[in-house]
Amino acid sequence: MFAYIVRRLLYAIPILIGVNLLTFTLFFVVNSPDDMAVSQLGEKYVTPEAIAAWKKKNGYDKPLFVNAEGAGLAAVTDTIFFTKSLKLFAFDFGRSESGRDITTDVSTRMWPSLAVALPTFIVGIWVNICVALLVVMFHATRLDRWAVFVFVCLMSISYLFYIIGGQYLVAKTWKLVPISGFHADAQAWKFLILPVLVGVVAGIGSGARWYRTLFLEEANQDYVRTARAKGASEIGILFTHILPNALIPILTGVVVLIPSLFMGSLLIESFFGIPGLGSYMLDAIKSQDFAIVRSMVFIGSILYIVGLILTDISYTWADPRVRLN
Amino acid sequence: MDVKPLLLWSDVLVFLLVISLVLFFYRLRRDPQTRERWGQVFSSRLGMVTFTVILTYVGIALLDSLHFRRALDTAQGGASQEVFYDNKVTSVLDLVLGGMGDRFERTYSAPFALKSFEKQNMKDEEGRAIRDFPLLEHAGRHLADPADRWPDVLAKTVTALLWGLLLGSIWIAPQWWWLRGSANPWYASWGVQLVVICLGTWAVVVSRYYHILGTDLGGTDVLYQSLKGVRTGVLLGTLSTLIMLPIAVTLGVMAGYFKGWVDDLVQYLYTTLSSIPGILLIAASVLLFQVYIDLNPDFFSIGMEKADARFIALCFILGVTSWSTLCRLIRAETLKISQLGYVQAAHAFGVSHSRILGRHILPNVVHIILITFVLDFSALVLAEAVLSYIGVGIDPSMGSWGNMINGARSELSRQPPVWWTLTGAFFFMFALVLAANLFSDLVRDAFDPRSSGRRSEA
Repeated sequence: MFAYIVRRLLYAIPILIGVNLLTFTLFFVVNSPDDMAVSQLGEKYVTPEAIAAWKKKNGYDKPLFVNAEGAGLAAVTDTIFFTKSLKLFAFDFGRSESGRDITTDVSTRMWPSLAVALPTFIVGIWVNICVALLVVMFHATRLDRWAVFVFVCLMSISYLFYIIGGQYLVAKTWKLVPISGFHADAQAWKFLILPVLVGVVAGIGSGARWYRTLFLEEANQDYVRTARAKGASEIGILFTHILPNALIPILTGVVVLIPSLFMGSLLIESFFGIPGLGSYMLDAIKSQDFAIVRSMVFIGSILYIVGLILTDISYTWADPRVRLN
Repeated sequence: MDVKPLLLWSDVLVFLLVISLVLFFYRLRRDPQTRERWGQVFSSRLGMVTFTVILTYVGIALLDSLHFRRALDTAQGGASQEVFYDNKVTSVLDLVLGGMGDRFERTYSAPFALKSFEKQNMKDEEGRAIRDFPLLEHAGRHLADPADRWPDVLAKTVTALLWGLLLGSIWIAPQWWWLRGSANPWYASWGVQLVVICLGTWAVVVSRYYHILGTDLGGTDVLYQSLKGVRTGVLLGTLSTLIMLPIAVTLGVMAGYFKGWVDDLVQYLYTTLSSIPGILLIAASVLLFQVYIDLNPDFFSIGMEKADARFIALCFILGVTSWSTLCRLIRAETLKISQLGYVQAAHAFGVSHSRILGRHILPNVVHIILITFVLDFSALVLAEAVLSYIGVGIDPSMGSWGNMINGARSELSRQPPVWWTLTGAFFFMFALVLAANLFSDLVRDAFDPRSSGRRSEA
């Protein structure tokens, strides 16, 4: 088990290098620092001096890969590739174009993100499983068919409408909670309840439909038929046979998402004014702050790879037949 | 009037797409198994209804893809005989709608309203300055008395519906004649066609006198904007998948067939790509492309071409960033197929790799491609709205539902709320995505061996 994890972690290194090279190509080769300077400065104020000054200020005034002027190790280290890309591996994210320290920003902003994403995730799974179980209980009846139709309808509504509609109904018309904002104190739940609710409701369509398929797949297995033949009650079959066995495919889909919860949700956070990583990314995209985008891409890939490893580990925990080697 | 046709790159692509789809289905018709599966899809009323809805959207999108520029009136006494063309691009859809997009107001107005939504400083008959709701320029001007509005709307509706029924019957009669012996529930499709034709006639007739869905902040007709969004949604949903198909299929089949280092490389590629948060990759690519457009303004003669370039780039980026799922599926399927007896036998007879791939492997993964194509469509339409909200979607000058939602996102918090822009975007988007989702379920049930096996067991 331990050896397996170590091997998986080693396997993650080439992937991260790949991510790093890809972002480097995108941000520095396809789009040269000169282009970035022009778009940051605005077209009106572009002079060669202004570009040079901007590049110097933000540390882009170096060669891409090899610095011929540098002596010894500096030939490699005093380059854009080393200072901007390789340093990400040491979790040294540097400064954003507006001069703020990205590492500090990320570590303070990830908690509000988690405060929204984690409850949404847990409540969402719980609600989806409950709804799916209920529908499976009425399998092959009219209720089941209508439920599937409703799920598809819910899936077909854009996430934006859930947010806009939720804010309008719950916060504006019924005035139950504030429309947006965030406070990291005992009153935080007031601000969190609506984003979580919207996130859960928006996920019911696709989530419950997926779980229903998984449950039905199990419900057609031989052991279920045997249990039924032996006279087990339908509810008993549902909870002692189908649910535990369907957990395995549920785990694959779900565990991989857990680390990414830190990243938060772009839309929810920007609509509800939550100062998390999601709105951080959105602001970075809107202000074209590529230093932040680069760092977030790197963090996102690490979290995804961690998620993949966690998925494998959770397999052995949920299904004793699976051995990792 | 003199016109000059204008061929945007996305127009070329969409007509190529239609031609290739028609050819593809024409070829597939000869395969009895495929015929049977499509027969299963179209033997249900739901299949007929959803397919007709999707075709309606595609039809609107195609009409909106025939662009031209009108000639401007040459100045009197001008020496040159050169004809100048309007920078505003018109499409055949605009002609069909009868100038719905040219009836601008000053700002918001509610559906069927006669007066503007906001008060304005005006002068009354005696020259005194007052503040009141001004009359709209293009709504209800033919009414003598504002109280006549609803009876008038009702009368226009009845006339329009009668025309719609007439047109619809003319349209459906030949189909009925042609298909009356068919076992498929065509009547469901005809029902939808009739509804669509009636609604269309109604919209064209009534919009001459009123703004059916009101107007937005800039005074543009909301119904017109929603209809213009159709092309963007349909094209984005199809072109992105189409761009991704060659990459995903080639790499997936090669990885599953050749195994070894090819497999390792392809797996490495798609794991790397899928580990990057999709939205960030898309946003970064779009921003970089935007910088490129801004730095090279000479490439595009009019604004529409610039917007179109950005649109194609967006399709391309969405395609390139999303091939990993399909590639993974095709790789797994190819791995399975290449172990089967007939492929082994082909190897033993010394059949070449390319022939095995073409004759034995590719035809057996077509169903996966098809299912992905239909499944991804609705996801892409939804993604467009989100991307436009983030600011990395469709160019704001090009109509799209995402841009409508983005522009209207705080309108519900006004007092009284402006609900019609969001409603328009919502219904047009919802109908398309719902139809596509339901249709993709049917296609999957018919083509996925796993789900059809489950069905026969149940």
